[in-house]
Amino acid sequence: MKTTALTDTHIKTGAKMVPFAGYNMPVTYAGINAEHDTVRKAVGVFDVSHMGEFILKGEKVLDLIQKVTTNDASKLYDGKVQYSCLPNENGGIVDDLLVYRLNEKTYMLVVNASNIEKDWDWISKYNDFGVEMKNISDRTSLLAVQGPKAAEALQSLTDVDLASMEYYTFKRSIFAGINNVIISATGYTGAGGFEIYFDNDHAETIWNAIFKAGEPFGIKPIGLAARDTLRLEMGFCLYGNDIDDTTSPLEAGLGWVTKFSKDFVNSEALKQQKEAGISKKLVGFEMIERGIPRHNYEIVDAEGNVIGKVTSGTQSPSLQKAVGLGYVSNTFAKEGTEIYIKIRDQKIKAKVVKPPFYK
Amino acid sequence: MNFPSELKYTKDHEWVRIEGNTAYIGITDFAQHELGDIVYIDINTIGEHVAKEGIFGTVEAVKTVSDLFMPVRGQVLEVNAALDANPELVNSDPFGDGWMVKITVSDTKELEELLSVEKYKALIGA
Repeated sequence: MKTTALTDTHIKTGAKMVPFAGYNMPVTYAGINAEHDTVRKAVGVFDVSHMGEFILKGEKVLDLIQKVTTNDASKLYDGKVQYSCLPNENGGIVDDLLVYRLNEKTYMLVVNASNIEKDWDWISKYNDFGVEMKNISDRTSLLAVQGPKAAEALQSLTDVDLASMEYYTFKRSIFAGINNVIISATGYTGAGGFEIYFDNDHAETIWNAIFKAGEPFGIKPIGLAARDTLRLEMGFCLYGNDIDDTTSPLEAGLGWVTKFSKDFVNSEALKQQKEAGISKKLVGFEMIERGIPRHNYEIVDAEGNVIGKVTSGTQSPSLQKAVGLGYVSNTFAKEGTEIYIKIRDQKIKAKVVKPPFYK
Repeated sequence: MNFPSELKYTKDHEWVRIEGNTAYIGITDFAQHELGDIVYIDINTIGEHVAKEGIFGTVEAVKTVSDLFMPVRGQVLEVNAALDANPELVNSDPFGDGWMVKITVSDTKELEELLSVEKYKALIGA
């Protein structure tokens, strides 16, 4: 199993470790509800170094990125980040990702750990543009420092004015005395904060510096379990659950990052799908009756006919109620529609709501 | 981790407190720790006769769900009503206030097949 540069640190800290996407990762430290709460109310640190990073460089780098991603990367400028998708040729999604413009000729793509090889092969296949590609995943660490107190907690470590950084922008700067660290005002929690990218050699130094600087703000380490409940409260998609090789970006509610102003892989077919109208849709729902929806549970109508499937579900620690995401046929996608989740052979009532669940 | 020696245990991580021909059942400290924060105990078998190793309910944690198995054949007499509003009692006091059901034991001979504390500890490597 693969490790991150901080795996031993997590074990020493007493984290419960689980295999995730081929990596030995911390799933909880103090308990999922406490960790979730720390991020919503103060600040927490996730080691998400399992994520993949590719550097793409060349005269025609933008042409390659425009070809393989759905969003319009020509809108990016130096220091700007964009959420996007890699569409496949059959109407589905190879992966979702972040695109960073480092400079006019150099971009960084941040992809899901479980898809690193698949994405690399996929992008390489379309590289008719002479773009130089480098996979720096194995030597890059990534810490997500998330929560309303993240800027204050980290400010002593850098000259960059963190509080004034706009969402989805980044800076390359000195951080905790280390050169060339990427400080990105992004995250997967809806709690605000930063994602910090740096070379593995500095992992221990930066981890320790963050906890020292953040101590007065109640900073705590957070595991992947709370990362999942936090993202789900925001209605953010998780690749492998809510989106995959078979789901359309349009059905997944990712139309806002699917731009038909340019040509990309499978754009013609997706455009036709958009014009014809989609037949099913990823919706949020909250439970009215008691029960907790889980991945792959059936969604049924009042008569018990199957109308869709749950893709993610949990008890929301912030809201103290059960929420989920799932695909339903169009007729049931409207806000307020009563649907039922099949839990242990019983129909449990829920209603369609518009994410984010946590506002 | 706590392992009361007066209790009997199962390989499915339930504990049993025997009182004559009735018994209290819950899940062990090890089990609650593995499940993480528990948010719902779903037991709909009150009054029912459930077979040994039959499912008498389900425990839902934030991240996972797990069935609850009868340690011995019996009738479910009572469900711990406190868990409805406070399922986290299973995390904080698994052997006490976090008990789950009270049953009548159909055949007290089956109690002899339950694990001693030593055997349970060996099973989980404690």
